[in-house]
Amino acid sequence: MLLTVRTLTKAFPGTLALDGVDFDLAAGEVHALLGENGAGKSTLIKCLTGAYLRDGGAMALDGQPIDPRSTVEAQDLGIGTVYQEVNLLPNLTVAQNLMFGREPRRWGLIHTAALRTEARALLTQYGLDIDVDRDLGSYSVAIQQIIAIARAAALSGKVLILDEPTASLDAREVEMVFDVVRGLRERGLGIAFVTHFLDQVYALSDRITVLRNGRKVVTERTADLGRMALIEHMLGRALESEVVGQSAEGAGATTQPMLHFSGTGRAGAIEPFDLDVGRGEVVGLAGLLGSGRTESAELMFGVRPAQTGAARDADGPLDLSSPRAAIAAGFGFAPEDRKTDGIVADLSIRENIILGLQARQGWAKPIPRSEQNRIADDYIRRLDIRTSGREKPIGDLSGGNQQKVVLARWLAMNPRFLILDEPTRGIDVGAHAEILRLIHDLTDAGLSVLIISSEIDELVAVADRVIVVRDRRHVAELSGERVTADQIMRAIAATDADGAAA
Amino acid sequence: MSLLRRIAPQLVALLILFALVSVVFPGFLSVSLNDGRLVGPVIDVLKRGAPVALLSIGMTLVIATRGIDLSVGTTMAICGAAAAAVIAAGWGLPAALAVALAAGAAAGLWNGVLVAIVGIQPFVATLILMTMGRGIAQLITEGCILTFSDAGLAFFGSGTLLGLPVPAWLWIVGGLGVAALMRRTALGLLIEAIGINRRASALAGVNATVLVIAVYVAAGLCAALAGIVVTADIRGADANNAGLWLELDAILAVVIGGNSLLGGRFSVIASILGAMIIQTIDTGVLLAGFPPEYNLVIKAVLVLMILVLQSPRIAAEWRLWRDSQRASRAAAERRQAS
Amino acid sequence: MTAKTLLTTVAALALTATAAMADGETIGFSQIGSESGWRAAETTLTRNQAEERGYQLQFSDAQQKQENQIAAIRSFIAQGVDAILLAPVVATGWDSVLAEAKEAEIPVVLLDRQVDSSDDMYLTAVGSNLVHEGEVAGQWLVDNVGDEECRIVELQGTTGSSPAIDRKTGFENAIKDHANLEIVRSQTGDFTRAQGKEVMESFLQAENGGQDICALYAHNDDMAVGAIQAIKEAGLKPGEDILIVSIDGVPDIFQAMAAGEANATVELTPNMAGPAFDALEAYWADGTEPEKFIQTESKLYTQADDPAGEYEARKGLGY
Repeated sequence: MLLTVRTLTKAFPGTLALDGVDFDLAAGEVHALLGENGAGKSTLIKCLTGAYLRDGGAMALDGQPIDPRSTVEAQDLGIGTVYQEVNLLPNLTVAQNLMFGREPRRWGLIHTAALRTEARALLTQYGLDIDVDRDLGSYSVAIQQIIAIARAAALSGKVLILDEPTASLDAREVEMVFDVVRGLRERGLGIAFVTHFLDQVYALSDRITVLRNGRKVVTERTADLGRMALIEHMLGRALESEVVGQSAEGAGATTQPMLHFSGTGRAGAIEPFDLDVGRGEVVGLAGLLGSGRTESAELMFGVRPAQTGAARDADGPLDLSSPRAAIAAGFGFAPEDRKTDGIVADLSIRENIILGLQARQGWAKPIPRSEQNRIADDYIRRLDIRTSGREKPIGDLSGGNQQKVVLARWLAMNPRFLILDEPTRGIDVGAHAEILRLIHDLTDAGLSVLIISSEIDELVAVADRVIVVRDRRHVAELSGERVTADQIMRAIAATDADGAAA
Repeated sequence: MSLLRRIAPQLVALLILFALVSVVFPGFLSVSLNDGRLVGPVIDVLKRGAPVALLSIGMTLVIATRGIDLSVGTTMAICGAAAAAVIAAGWGLPAALAVALAAGAAAGLWNGVLVAIVGIQPFVATLILMTMGRGIAQLITEGCILTFSDAGLAFFGSGTLLGLPVPAWLWIVGGLGVAALMRRTALGLLIEAIGINRRASALAGVNATVLVIAVYVAAGLCAALAGIVVTADIRGADANNAGLWLELDAILAVVIGGNSLLGGRFSVIASILGAMIIQTIDTGVLLAGFPPEYNLVIKAVLVLMILVLQSPRIAAEWRLWRDSQRASRAAAERRQAS
Repeated sequence: MTAKTLLTTVAALALTATAAMADGETIGFSQIGSESGWRAAETTLTRNQAEERGYQLQFSDAQQKQENQIAAIRSFIAQGVDAILLAPVVATGWDSVLAEAKEAEIPVVLLDRQVDSSDDMYLTAVGSNLVHEGEVAGQWLVDNVGDEECRIVELQGTTGSSPAIDRKTGFENAIKDHANLEIVRSQTGDFTRAQGKEVMESFLQAENGGQDICALYAHNDDMAVGAIQAIKEAGLKPGEDILIVSIDGVPDIFQAMAAGEANATVELTPNMAGPAFDALEAYWADGTEPEKFIQTESKLYTQADDPAGEYEARKGLGY
């Protein structure tokens, strides 16, 4: 084995990010590293590249124990990394980027001609014949990514870690990058490959390791691991467990149609989709991370406006070109990343709750303080927000309580359609159940909800209908009896060829 | 947090400075009534501090949105030049005021659009007008000091109303007015929300783009008022020198006022007190009669001391020390008692 | 005749015609820029002087950049002008371009500022003596106060600048032998009107509402104009209760003198070109080498010198 990792452990305050993980990388293989959010992929990579110091376990390269304390040290040992965001310098030339820090010198000065020749020779190995004197930034992301890979491979030469290198590339560009990676495999490098795209895993990798909740679940030859099994490993549940949604009992048929999206899409985010939402209905959006779930929600709320399609209700077309427009149409959106997109940390609970209401009323009509207090106290009680008082800064609350405040902000505005992106992420079990119960109560009162979740059980429990998203497309719709964990996972695992699973 | 508690550090600093200046210049606090107007060094502080106080009102709002406006000093020069040019052309006082305010609003709009719509960083966006604007002012004055003798415009610089200089009234009324506008309407909350987390605020439906433009326009209007005051004061528009470096004093006033340059919670009144602190130092140095070579050093040292004393870390350490002292004293007393 | 030779001939004729039309000598003038009213007036007066004497003036505005000035001088040399006037933006870095002019036997006259090149590189320099200006201002006060006690306040220029240092020195030289004259307060007003006013206000506060001040000496007229307003607003009569003497001779101070609100100013003449042209004419006529520094007159103007008329004469010069 080129690289061996044994019982690697890394703890952060409150969580055990890696819990005795084993990982092997052979020379001349591409090894896919998979797992949902919080599985421990990035922690593992950061331990390998010296960005984090491990708490326990052993790592060895070529049989020699290693203990890199910085990315530079890891690079010197032979471990290079390429990230999703190209981390080169766009305003230097291609040649300067490739040779940065190890420029050929003559009389102490950079030997420009040699620099150019060496850079060109390096790129020829990757079948890339481009002008190395142009600024890196003038080339496409795919070319930049290949240059980043070339640089990393040239610098380290043994192990190459690719952390979602294809996330922002189109299909043709992905193929270009893959050709380069295959070439490096031929040359005997060990390549660890992190991605969210299952098709790419099967197209490129020789072996797969799945992590979940900081533990290694399985390592298997790609050829021996079916899609279904892979997804079971990733999501951590077996197919036979049948959880029937409590709301699935024929609810879908009785709802009156309220909203209708047709052909809604945006290049690079999500392919055009149609979606109907009924009054009081809960629609679930299932799919792996990066499949286009959040992008669908962002289009519906105008965060990133749709480029194609239209939305309408019974009264006619709806303007969803911006969040303000969507709010005017009676929409609400509790985003996935609570800290950066949801809460306004230094403001109090009260201010966070009334923020949306106040923004809709306009600055000139302030909500009287007594009314603000009443609304805040009302929701603190109804949603059981645990706090010593409404004037406490929201940043001081726990994750679950912050989420409840964000929900309260939307509920106070009395929307008709609420989009919840991972509403229970990072929330303790008790609060989790409360939020699901709350969603139920709301829909009984006529509110329609679109819920995005990585937890299939949660979707089964709460949704009347589930849309499955895969590779930036809505690929299946399950309703009524068919809203089961089993069916959802089959739809996520299906390839385009057997799309009939839907 | 009540207003008084919020501005207590600035009030204390101001009182200490008053005492300090009174030591080097004993007559500092004496005020007399002369021809129906109050006269005295403190009144001079109120009057001379007007440009920075006015600028600090708008600057506070801009900084609350996590921005900065480096162009206000230059905007002062443009607006003052515009007012003087209109007076010189004989269009009268109302037109002069209107044109000056419109020029300030236009400058603010330019900055606001660059920041909120084009998406340029505020520091860079306002630097453009800062460097370019003085040229515009010089074009208006044709390179010379454009003097005028209109008593109406001069009133805004050296006039007296109910005993107090008119420039002082401008910032008192302007400051209280804006502070009230911020807290009596929802503007204060919405601006703070944008400054703390613009993305989350926009997702909650706050019209961040319009509000950001509005605060830059407000800063431009404040700069226009300040420009009118300095131009009226010397009865002439000095394009080269009017408002020169005052943007830095305004930013300093906001910081002395305890507002974070990272945006969020703000207090206009505290910023204005910051401006008065700066002016008290300036006037104090002049009255003390030190050689001019020391002016800037004295100012820097005093400002540094005020900022250090106000720093939250120092305050926390002091509280910690005080509590430990109390605890040990209590322990000692208990020992004695037993 | 081919088209090409025709064109060449026409061009040659045109050149000859231009040269023939040039009535008198051609003079290149590299000006710093137009950063102040005084400099604008200097440019205007140089143009006027050249016109009166029938010279062709090639004017080049360097916009505060030395490289522009060097480029302008090289182009003057290439054109073969008869003389070059240079108002240098900085003191250093002129050696090579002055050597080129000397090589081409074109006399160079420096205006109002000096360079640190050796003085055989240029014909002469025309300028005022800043210390002398201060002395003239001080002498006026000495002559007018007589034996009475006089407490003087001084508005300095920008701290550390050479006009501030020299004008202060000159003034102190003039009053040092007169024990009845004493500078009691001295602060910088940064050469600006606004600062002049603000600092004067603090002087008035500090000196018993201005009752204890007998005279103001300001390093430039702009600060004096600001101070005059401060004195008026304090309820005193500038020019009577407090004597006011300053330096520069800008139009606004003549207006103040005409109104009786200022007493005297020492002119820093913007007519540097006049003495320069006089020296050049003598040099061209019989090779007379002028002195290496021609000091312009630091003329004193008082209320008796028809300030209203002086104002009218100056207001169009671009101040």
